[in-house]
Amino acid sequence: MSENDNRPVLEVSHLGIDFGGLTAVDDFNISIAKTEIAGLIGPNGAGKTTIFNLLTKVYQPGRGKIILDGKDTAKMNTVQVNRAGIARTFQNIRLFDKLTVEDNVKIGLHNHNEYGMWSGIFRLPKYWNEEKKSHEKALDLLSIFDMADLANVTAGSLPYGAQRRLEIVRALATEPKVLLLDEPAAGMNPSETAELMENIRKIRDRFQIAVLLIEHDMSLVMGICEGIAVLNFGRIIAKGTPAQIQNNPQVIEAYLGKKKGVKP
Amino acid sequence: MKKLSKSSRSSFVNYAIVIIFYIIFQTLVSAGKLSSSLSGQLIPICTYVIMALALNLVVGISGELSLGHAGFMSVGAFSGVVVATALQDVITLSPLRLILAIITGAVIAAIAGTIIGVPVLRLQGDYLAIVTLAFGEIIKNVMNCLYIGADSHGLHFSMKDGNSLNMETGGTVIINGPMGALGIKKISTFLSAIILVLIVLFIIQNLVNSRAGRAIKAIRDNRIAAESCGLNIMKYKMMAFVLSAAMAGAAGALYALNYSTVVPKKFDFNTSILILVFVVLGGIGNLRGSIIAAAILTVLPELLRQFQDYRMLVYAIVLILVMIITNNSKAKEVFGKTLAKIFKRPAKGQA
Repeated sequence: MSENDNRPVLEVSHLGIDFGGLTAVDDFNISIAKTEIAGLIGPNGAGKTTIFNLLTKVYQPGRGKIILDGKDTAKMNTVQVNRAGIARTFQNIRLFDKLTVEDNVKIGLHNHNEYGMWSGIFRLPKYWNEEKKSHEKALDLLSIFDMADLANVTAGSLPYGAQRRLEIVRALATEPKVLLLDEPAAGMNPSETAELMENIRKIRDRFQIAVLLIEHDMSLVMGICEGIAVLNFGRIIAKGTPAQIQNNPQVIEAYLGKKKGVKP
Repeated sequence: MKKLSKSSRSSFVNYAIVIIFYIIFQTLVSAGKLSSSLSGQLIPICTYVIMALALNLVVGISGELSLGHAGFMSVGAFSGVVVATALQDVITLSPLRLILAIITGAVIAAIAGTIIGVPVLRLQGDYLAIVTLAFGEIIKNVMNCLYIGADSHGLHFSMKDGNSLNMETGGTVIINGPMGALGIKKISTFLSAIILVLIVLFIIQNLVNSRAGRAIKAIRDNRIAAESCGLNIMKYKMMAFVLSAAMAGAAGALYALNYSTVVPKKFDFNTSILILVFVVLGGIGNLRGSIIAAAILTVLPELLRQFQDYRMLVYAIVLILVMIITNNSKAKEVFGKTLAKIFKRPAKGQA
């Protein structure tokens, strides 16, 4: 690995937001290297998804700075942040239910597939070329998860696990530098989770992108994350490698409560 | 030859339906088999088919409820009349005048759509419906006090009365406030109406199956996800709304140039709702449904004329029955089976 690979692609410092009197996230700092897989864990309501919403500007941060690949995202909105290189999936799946699987991926390819409204209406040569390219690209991306044969199925009728995978493919299609996965393994059985773990690694290696994931499934988090941040009540309580996190007393306390003289 | 995709096959069926409709009625008209009241309905049918298709682009494909589409029809109707009347002596070829009138109607309605769309499309759901309703009424009231006349110096505009147009003697008043446009030369023909339906159908169907149309549908399905995929929400909402307004304007011009008199009152809230009824009954987002519903429901009151007093009652009952049959899966099944028995072929309907 060259030195360049270790430069952080995402640098977040002192990020925070208040909802009324409630401080949802405060003084959140994280730095993710170019091809790192990082994990964000914490009990329910700790503010993990809020951090994703801050990074993608669904909420405008009240404090702090987000530097994406050397660029400050302070003045960007959700659309511009995506174009700058952050793509995400959602905890409660948000697919385009009435569109086909292929069209869902093509929406991800939207900004890399340039032809205007009139070329589309009059079916100019540009339309046929670009549509052919995006069709091939969509099938190629779907094949990562062996979903190419589902291309013409309506997204809303897919089984739950396939919907989660499709969301990842759609996010990948926008060609991000950082991929945010919000509970990608939710509702999956152990063998599906293991397969997902393999695929996340594969995606990182093939596209050379950074992945930040929120997950409750500890086998997945401990299995693939190179760095982990633990969040509780909107603040980071621990940061480190999986081994360090597993033995951190503060983390154990956050998850299991305070010990009362009983040795764990 | 490439194998046709499902969507393009369905598009061709729609073109075929419109063309077959034209052939059947054109033959009936030339054979003199069609009553005059029914043959007078042919152009209005086409107009309402276009209106239903245009509104379906906003309601079904873009997913926004607009209750003011008659307003755009009105804008198109009166600007089309002004162009057609003002150019009467310059361009003697009436089809060319009609084309210019329709294009002008579409362009002016598109401008109105842009002006209204910018503030209105920032709203969502019920609020958007209420504000479009209000804008529809505003357009009607503006048209109600608009006076336009033409003389050798060109066009004269006034918002006060016909006398303040300051025209030289011999000038003609084209639009006379609440009296509307009088003495219009009828230049719309059934053939031109059918061609306009086909053009509108072509634009909508090709748009829907292209990059822009995909984006419009994605925003309808999930706005937040669309944003996170980098789609410019306002751009695509505006695209659907302005295109729809332009089509409504074209339909308005076609409609107005079929009558000798058009009054602004014609394009009121009731007309907007009528068009929405076509879209809802035909199935939201279903273009073929819109075509069929608009055609049938436009002639229905005319066909029911013999029932005199009970006409609107029967009309209402038919509306309710269609609603039950199309929206209730059980009723749909029973209806499908009955139809199958009548025509002795396997039932196509599914629950």
